[in-house]
Amino acid sequence: MKMKKTLFDKVWDAHVVDSIPNGPQILYIDKHLIHEVTSPQAFNELKKRNIPIFRPKQIIATADHNTPTVDQHLPVKDELSRNQLQQLQQNCDEHNIQLYALGHQYNGIVHVMAPELGITQPGMTMVCGDSHTSTHGAFGAIAFGIGTSQVAQVFASQSLLLKKPKKMRITVNGNLQNNVLPKDVILYIISKLGTDSGTEHFIEFAGDVFENMSMEGRMTVCNMSIEMGARGGMIAPDETTFAYVAGRKFAPKGADFDKKVAYWKTLKTDASAEFDTEYTFDASDITPMITFGTNPGMGIPLTENIPSENDANLEKSLQYMNFEKGTSLIGQQVNYVFIGSCTNSRIEDFRVAANYVEGKQKAPNINAWLVPGSQLVVQQIKEEGLDKIFEAAGFKLRQPGCSACLAMNDDKIPDGEYCVSTSNRNFEGRQGQGSRTLLASPLVAAATAIAGKIVAINTPVLEEA
Amino acid sequence: MSTFNTFTSTAFPLAVENIDTDQIIPARFLKATSRDGFGENLFRDWRYHKDGSLNADFVLNQQQYSGSILVAGHNFGCGSSREHAAWALKDFGFNVIISSFFADIFKGNALNNHVLPIQVTPAFLAKLLVAIQENPNTEIEVNLEAQTVAFGKEKASFDINPYKKMCLQKGYDDIDFLVSNLSKIKAFEQQHIY
Repeated sequence: MKMKKTLFDKVWDAHVVDSIPNGPQILYIDKHLIHEVTSPQAFNELKKRNIPIFRPKQIIATADHNTPTVDQHLPVKDELSRNQLQQLQQNCDEHNIQLYALGHQYNGIVHVMAPELGITQPGMTMVCGDSHTSTHGAFGAIAFGIGTSQVAQVFASQSLLLKKPKKMRITVNGNLQNNVLPKDVILYIISKLGTDSGTEHFIEFAGDVFENMSMEGRMTVCNMSIEMGARGGMIAPDETTFAYVAGRKFAPKGADFDKKVAYWKTLKTDASAEFDTEYTFDASDITPMITFGTNPGMGIPLTENIPSENDANLEKSLQYMNFEKGTSLIGQQVNYVFIGSCTNSRIEDFRVAANYVEGKQKAPNINAWLVPGSQLVVQQIKEEGLDKIFEAAGFKLRQPGCSACLAMNDDKIPDGEYCVSTSNRNFEGRQGQGSRTLLASPLVAAATAIAGKIVAINTPVLEEA
Repeated sequence: MSTFNTFTSTAFPLAVENIDTDQIIPARFLKATSRDGFGENLFRDWRYHKDGSLNADFVLNQQQYSGSILVAGHNFGCGSSREHAAWALKDFGFNVIISSFFADIFKGNALNNHVLPIQVTPAFLAKLLVAIQENPNTEIEVNLEAQTVAFGKEKASFDINPYKKMCLQKGYDDIDFLVSNLSKIKAFEQQHIY
């Protein structure tokens, strides 16, 4: 009998060049995404060893981590940032690598622009020197973050030496309540399983909830797989995936597309294939979430109280956040709201926010940073007239980039301030020295921006059509 | 790159869990384009107060501790994939990190920079942390060949991938190996769907 395979097995096994006895495997990498922060040392390493770039056409570069989100037409003010961007440009020019530099119509956060351009496709292996590369798993690709030494390895050989990870499946069945977004689903899962639960695993997200989710939503979920410690997350490609990929710039066309779709349809976990670890959740248990602590696993339903157990890590974290055990976050004043990052800066996220703020006004105490994930998202926001809705409500859109998610550019949350953020990490100082991050969905972020404080979100049950 | 097999050192005890790479090296220090000098900003926001003065309570600033081993809490190196974290630890002088659990990407980055992550049981880790805190001169012996770590009367063995062990012992890295396999990789490309 043929061995039953998971989605992950099928994609992984199709990329194994060779297996070293008692050692790792050589895994072929289809697409390599690079950006300005984690690539310069890798280019230098190859230069030092006099090794050429093996497959420059399979590398795509963008500038995102270190870029300003205002006045992008002007020279970048910060000298070190400017130098990093210039080095990326020089390295890409020298090696004939396609770069979507600052200001280019396809520029954007690497995990937003690559799927939009059809670079990301089902069944591929993809890497990037960025842990949120897991995002691309939404298409049924094996996609994961790597360190700079590995960036150099892929430059040199379009391959990596890896031990095959373990397999985990997380199934969520049933219907989500209204106003419960993909971000709430993944924050809920991480809060239940913890930030180390996925370590050494690749996750497959399965069940009704993910099958019914848009590609944008699936990307939000897979994006945060790394926050459980997993190398990546995947969702089996289906008609939603094929429809998203079809017609995009780098997507296969015509007969080639049909041939690929026929292959992509085989990328499903076989019935009775085995996983090393399995978890199951019920969609109806999930409500809008928010984090209160300093890792993404420290999340609670918006209307519940902060835990009160005796735990040194919890206490250290609450001390940093200046929160008390057993209290509610509802009513907590917040002066900063960030809607952006590779987790939640796609068109759907801005539709959700615009829909909520329409006809309302931003609270006077709020500094809101709305940072679309790419130039194409900006364009779509304008086409749909969402920019007008934001403006009327007192919000201003910024230009694309990673921005306040990691605060490498000027978008830093000031010391001691709270920020309700749609990004992925609430680590100490992540959004600026002394900043205090509360992770939430774009809907919770929009509601905070209108109220000037954290407020509850209703979850009416939708009438059956 | 340097090679190593056995060595003995004192250690710094950092009994904090879930230390993420943003703490090891904050993002604002990732603007350099070389691998050098990151040690200066290792654990920057824990080592220094916001006004730039030393935080005397932080373990790396406490005179009684020294050595090239860092002993840290569960889930060390979680979060961002930045290899700068491994560079910062190495540049500061750490060759070995001992913890009860490591995040995947950090573990790989450490090994690629010939920094050895040693995973021990929570019980061994707890004993080791106490031993160092009680006696900062506690010497820890690491034997890569035998895959053991020992202090006082305590000894534990640890796992390491045989290939990675060989790389550490001989100073090899993955680029050498992959480049020597380019003909196999090219043959693979001929039959590959993408």
